[in-house]
Amino acid sequence: MSEMIDNMIVMALEFWDWFPADVQTFIWILVKIVLILAPLMICVAYITYAERKIIGYMQIRIGPNRVGFRGWLQPIADAMKLMFKEVIIPAKSDKYLFLIAPVLSIMPALAAWAVIPFDRGMVLTDVNAGLLYVLALTSIGVYGVIIAGWASNSKYAILSSLRVGAQIVAYEIAMGFALVGVLMASGSLNMSDIVEGQAGGMGSWYIWPLLPMFFVYFISGVAETNRAPFDVAEGESEIVAGFHVEYSGMAFAVFFLAEYANIILISSLTALLFLGGWLSPFEGVLDAGHWLAATSFFWFFAKACIFAFCFLWFRATFPRYRYDQIMRLGWKVFIPVTIVWLFVEAVMVVAEVGPWAT
Amino acid sequence: MMMTITDFLFFAFAGVTVAAALGVVTSKNPVHSALFLVLTFFSCSAIWLMLEAEFLAITLVLVYVGAVMVLFLFVVMMLDINVAKMREGFVSYLPIGGLFAFLMLAIMVYVVGPVGPDVMGTAALDNAVVHGPDYSNTEELGEILYTDYVLAFEIAAFILLVAIIAAISLTLRRRPKTKYQTPGNQIKVKRDDRLKIIDSDAEVLK
Repeated sequence: MSEMIDNMIVMALEFWDWFPADVQTFIWILVKIVLILAPLMICVAYITYAERKIIGYMQIRIGPNRVGFRGWLQPIADAMKLMFKEVIIPAKSDKYLFLIAPVLSIMPALAAWAVIPFDRGMVLTDVNAGLLYVLALTSIGVYGVIIAGWASNSKYAILSSLRVGAQIVAYEIAMGFALVGVLMASGSLNMSDIVEGQAGGMGSWYIWPLLPMFFVYFISGVAETNRAPFDVAEGESEIVAGFHVEYSGMAFAVFFLAEYANIILISSLTALLFLGGWLSPFEGVLDAGHWLAATSFFWFFAKACIFAFCFLWFRATFPRYRYDQIMRLGWKVFIPVTIVWLFVEAVMVVAEVGPWAT
Repeated sequence: MMMTITDFLFFAFAGVTVAAALGVVTSKNPVHSALFLVLTFFSCSAIWLMLEAEFLAITLVLVYVGAVMVLFLFVVMMLDINVAKMREGFVSYLPIGGLFAFLMLAIMVYVVGPVGPDVMGTAALDNAVVHGPDYSNTEELGEILYTDYVLAFEIAAFILLVAIIAAISLTLRRRPKTKYQTPGNQIKVKRDDRLKIIDSDAEVLK
């Protein structure tokens, strides 16, 4: 019996060696992509469940509890329902753009994961310009929304896409400046280097020297993903559902997936850039052999979960911002705050004061 | 000659760039034109990436695709452009447009191509070294920009600053009749400014 299994393994290895080296690399990269995206999609499914449960308990109700044990199969049921629903394409819409828009919205949300390190060395591509790459990809996510709004040929949808366009461009600047703060502190654009630069226990994390940047980054992240309290793009009491009002079935589901994938992305980025990613908070407190003091994927996941929870918490807590207030916060508060802090940081770097002294 | 993967990728992206650029000028809908321009930028940036200029490539996407073209698309969506009217003089403008296009192409071939005086130093590229994965284009660019070209860099930054201030001062005007909110005062409002609570005896309704 075991001989048969050995033979099969040998055959499989021979078959694998038969491929040219380039093809092997290609297949290996594809496998890695699947290994990242499949758990991500499960996370996306279950963050929708978590959202309904958590907001439910915050509002003193139970939330979904019918499908499966305590409602655990609810996301699967939702996915099945959306898959079997008809995708209706409005008669006067721009059909190609109407169908491309959901793809454009989910593509950057997934592609950005290529440079996210989950643990030391556990990353698809450890590129030098990783931070820039993430910033560039999150900035093109807006196209999906704008094109969806325009291609639907609906008044509510176009109003929503105009709101989103202005909002995302405004908050992207603050977000970019906050990231400049991180790269000044770490002296690198490489995600792994940024995390390694925060080694040495909780006090060495960038959240402390860059506290204003941290708040600006996270709040801008909430605004970037169009989540409450900045969800004027959807604003169901004002413009029905905004840019995806004409979408149904799987086309709508893709927008939905993109939104939640973006939440997880922003949470993970905040954990990586400001809370030291996979580094343990007990480094130097507990003795080095203890599993809690070791660097692990667990810490990255736990830190990202805290921020993902904040996203849901905000939604249950804050009323929606008025549109002019959103613009005021972005342009008149966040951008000046980041510029001032960049100046402070630059002076400290030059004078070699504080945590940047090398 | 065997085509390597790099060659194949180059021709694929170059083909997409040219096709998308043609789409910009031929498509009937201005929104489609703008989106084709986005695709052109994107495939250009892919080509730059293959030239080991990853900083420039990503910045192209970040600045032009992520910000400039979004605003551009924004304006194009809101304008009611009649493309048929814009195309009326197409044939009569074709000769002069073609002449300029040919002149520009000739200059580019002269400067960059193999026939000219090698102004750009492209002859050195024939035996260009392919850098390893440790090579950081961002670092190289930063070093040369802040040392050799620091004056030009500062001047460019200053011109941009002037443009920003000019644009703001053109749009910033207070109309006398418009009512404004002062968020500071809104926040400072206390309950007693708006509301008066009076004690009154409970009455039994009959």
